Amino acid sequence: MTTTVERPELLTPEPAGGPDAHGPGAHGPGGAAPEHAHHEGPSGIVNWLTSTDHKVIGKSYMITSLVLFFLAGVMALVIRAQLMEPNSSVVSYQTYNELFTMHGSLMLYLFAGPFAFGGLANYIVPLQIGAPDMAFPRLNALSYWLYLGGSITMLSGFLVAGGAASFGWVAYAPLSNATNSPGAGADLWLMALALTGFSAIFTGVNLVATIFYLRAPGMTMFRMPIFTWNMLVTAILILIAFPVLFAAVVMLFCDRHFGTHIFSVQGGGSPILWQQLFWFFGHPEVYILALPYFGMVTEVIPVFSRKPLFGYRGMVFATMSIAALSTGVWAHHMFTTGVVLLPFFSLLSYLIAVPTGIKFFNWIGTMWRGQIAFAVPMLFSIGFLFAFLMGGVTGVLLASPPIDFMTHDTYFVVAHFHQVLVGTAVFAAFAGFYFWYPKMFGRMLRESWGKLHFWSLFVGFWVCYTPQYLLGLHGMPRRIATYAPDTGWTTLNVISTVGAFIMGASFLFFFVNLVVSWARPVPAGSNPWDGHTLEWFTTSPPPHHNYTHLPPIRSERPTWDYNHPEHRTVITHRTPGAPPDQPKELTGAPS
Amino acid sequence: MKVEARILVVIGIFFGIIALVYWFTSYEDAGFLMLIGATFLGLFPGAYYLWWSHHMKPRSEDDPTATIEGGSGQIGTFPGSSIWPFIMGMGATATVLTFVFGLWLAPIAGALVLSALIGATVESRRGGTI
Amino acid sequence: MYRAKAPSRRLLTALLVAAPLVLAACNQPSYGASRGATTQGQDTFKLWSAMVTIGIVIGGIVAVLILWSVFRYRRRSEEMPKQFHENVPIEILYTVLPIIIVGFLFAFTVLTENNVDATVAAGATVTSTGKPVVDITVTAFQWGWRFDYPGLNVGVAGTTTHGPDNHGPQMVVPAGQTVQITLVSDDVVHGFYVRDFNFSRYAQPGVTNVFDLTVIHTGTYDGQCTQFCGLYHSDMLFSVRAVTPAGFEQWASSEVAAGNTLQAAGAGAGSSASNTPPPNTRQYHSNAAPAPSTKPKALA
Repeated sequence: MTTTVERPELLTPEPAGGPDAHGPGAHGPGGAAPEHAHHEGPSGIVNWLTSTDHKVIGKSYMITSLVLFFLAGVMALVIRAQLMEPNSSVVSYQTYNELFTMHGSLMLYLFAGPFAFGGLANYIVPLQIGAPDMAFPRLNALSYWLYLGGSITMLSGFLVAGGAASFGWVAYAPLSNATNSPGAGADLWLMALALTGFSAIFTGVNLVATIFYLRAPGMTMFRMPIFTWNMLVTAILILIAFPVLFAAVVMLFCDRHFGTHIFSVQGGGSPILWQQLFWFFGHPEVYILALPYFGMVTEVIPVFSRKPLFGYRGMVFATMSIAALSTGVWAHHMFTTGVVLLPFFSLLSYLIAVPTGIKFFNWIGTMWRGQIAFAVPMLFSIGFLFAFLMGGVTGVLLASPPIDFMTHDTYFVVAHFHQVLVGTAVFAAFAGFYFWYPKMFGRMLRESWGKLHFWSLFVGFWVCYTPQYLLGLHGMPRRIATYAPDTGWTTLNVISTVGAFIMGASFLFFFVNLVVSWARPVPAGSNPWDGHTLEWFTTSPPPHHNYTHLPPIRSERPTWDYNHPEHRTVITHRTPGAPPDQPKELTGAPS
Repeated sequence: MKVEARILVVIGIFFGIIALVYWFTSYEDAGFLMLIGATFLGLFPGAYYLWWSHHMKPRSEDDPTATIEGGSGQIGTFPGSSIWPFIMGMGATATVLTFVFGLWLAPIAGALVLSALIGATVESRRGGTI
Repeated sequence: MYRAKAPSRRLLTALLVAAPLVLAACNQPSYGASRGATTQGQDTFKLWSAMVTIGIVIGGIVAVLILWSVFRYRRRSEEMPKQFHENVPIEILYTVLPIIIVGFLFAFTVLTENNVDATVAAGATVTSTGKPVVDITVTAFQWGWRFDYPGLNVGVAGTTTHGPDNHGPQMVVPAGQTVQITLVSDDVVHGFYVRDFNFSRYAQPGVTNVFDLTVIHTGTYDGQCTQFCGLYHSDMLFSVRAVTPAGFEQWASSEVAAGNTLQAAGAGAGSSASNTPPPNTRQYHSNAAPAPSTKPKALA
């Protein structure tokens, strides 16, 4: 049942620059793209259960994580409904605590990460580097099944006696021990983390191996698309962070059931150790959730500005420095514990602003003097820029310990990280989804519905989160189920809830868009956006092992060079140790 | 391969420096040990790749002047569809649920994991290298 | 040419000199935050206000750049833009400039942090300027607070919404004097947070946190647990009432007379009281009460 895969053949561009008959169409939908060249193996549900094709697994990941995203979103709406008025009793305290725990857990562990590295990256990275599949296809399939098993395990907490876990997504010891959180819900939560943690580790290994070993000829490291770069760095971060989470989860489980006292003061343990371990995972995790989405935006902006990325190398090094610094800042979540070294973590946290700023200026530089088309992926990318700008500036404030003392665990922090995470894992995620959907399904999403989706989400986003900054500054702590009328928090909470429901409603437009695209398909052709990177060279959706033909790879945007020989990237930087690129060579094979 | 190796080595060196700075400013052991772990995570594979990059045949994906035809040939052998990852995933799920719901699940979990291990091994042998 | 330029240059110099003075003036914008009811809180507020101003300026510049490029360079024709992809001097500029800004912010932060975290020596009864120090041991527990005044033999405890204005137990402090707080927890991690003090600190089992507060004016300040600590986290309120030093003495003796002594507080609330859900909360929780745990609560 194995296939030996040969290298794809070269497709030489026509001297005149137009696409040839069996090449990809350069402009617009409707290019006669051949459907699946050949499809191997079974079909239907058996195919879904047994496929080791990265494209099938990637789609499974995306669908699963989007379903979990909508579940977590519904939980958020219930939370906002509860907070809309003081002394409200939409749900009980216990239910409220379960809801915000599961909302955070689903969003952070089961949606934002898996959607990026299990879903889009799984699908796109092999395509972007000209690989036939991931390096370990069966391990890839195992990742997905572990993830699905973990997701079901976590959700099943709602069905057991005592309800789901209710200690927040951070599960601080000793609140998470057997005395304070008895019941199977907490155990299911821990076991779900163990499963999905391994799923993430396997995907990380797979991505690193794929990127190191399966690139197409000429696809040097410094010609890889930025999305692939970001996924490489993300994968390395996963390998640093998730083993620590797994170790912490096992320790906590032993504390709960096997009589150890690792996190209990009574037995000579240390509750602070849980926070150290958790945040050593948790802060890189924040960037595991952010870097892939930075990558998606970095793919979208150049395509819709019709320009190469500004400062490619700066982008790569910014990504690497963000990742490196992010592993040295975990205790900025613990400033108010009083037991961590404040200046060290404060300085490193501040320094993350520098590479992040570089990214911002590179995105602006890419749009500068371009020809910007406001297609839906670009709109979502611009939405991301504003959301992440606000989240980033407030993040710099929080890197200062005194300001953290002032705002820690208030709604200010809630607003900050929601703006960062919704900016990345929702705005950028939809930018990526709308951008690559034609590649994945061979059909277009509608622009009009997409624009409605974007604008309602964008308006709802600001209406929902901006009041939360003020609520935090007015003293509203996070994770409270209700508040008294005399606190004066009611008006802002009402505004925030209205915003949340606008955001919720925006997803109706998304569903409509999906339904319309399936009911009345508009064929996408292989290259609907005039894309830059290799994935736009193959058919939509790509054949079983992705490529039958490849263009010459002479820059970080081979498909663009192929379609626009007169505007191809002239490389002025070069890979260390290599001879300078000769512009003459760019046309393809040396004669 | 040299670029890949260098990335990992640089990660290792960076975390080594951070670990030392952290230790001598805080004397906090948990964070220090985790940073040392991250150091080795960079250095072990990085050193291997660095050594290997000097001993391997040059690869067309590292050569900026490589051509598609020049790199033609066999990429590798990829597995077709396989039910065993699914069985293994369900086995792993059953295994962790054993810890929550009790040992009555253990035989099911063990059977799933064992059958997946045997099945995947047999499949690999029959199908050649992966 | 030179003459035409000179006044604007002088103006610029004046602005540059004046800017920090304007920033340092007490009339800094608050941006929704409290100006601080304690000396420590006022220090934090100055840092907050300055940093938000800087954040608005830098964030504003970036936002304007984004908006400009989006509107100015929207696609108007099919003409191909120039395919430039780097500009090394600009890239170096926007790497170095943020590093300088960050260095400045960090220095400001460290200075403020040293003020906020400064404490008088443990056990000291007077500050370096000769003012008396009041020691208070604050114990957080599920779900309430205990305020022990070891020097005065006063102990006040209460759960959730008991106490003045249904706002939990009240900690009384003398205004204008340094209060040294020793913060501990009986069970899980809690957060001691008073909005008007611009300050919060975890109360953790196994960790003793010490910090100083100097409340400037008399008044009542609401506080609340900020770190999620279980079922009734939302109701874990307290308040701080600052009174005149003379009023403080009076209060302390009346509390002792009323029997609110250290021992009484220790026995009446705290570890033993935390076993039962608090009887008086704002919210309907008849459906929220969990099934009574069969396991005894393991507490120290």
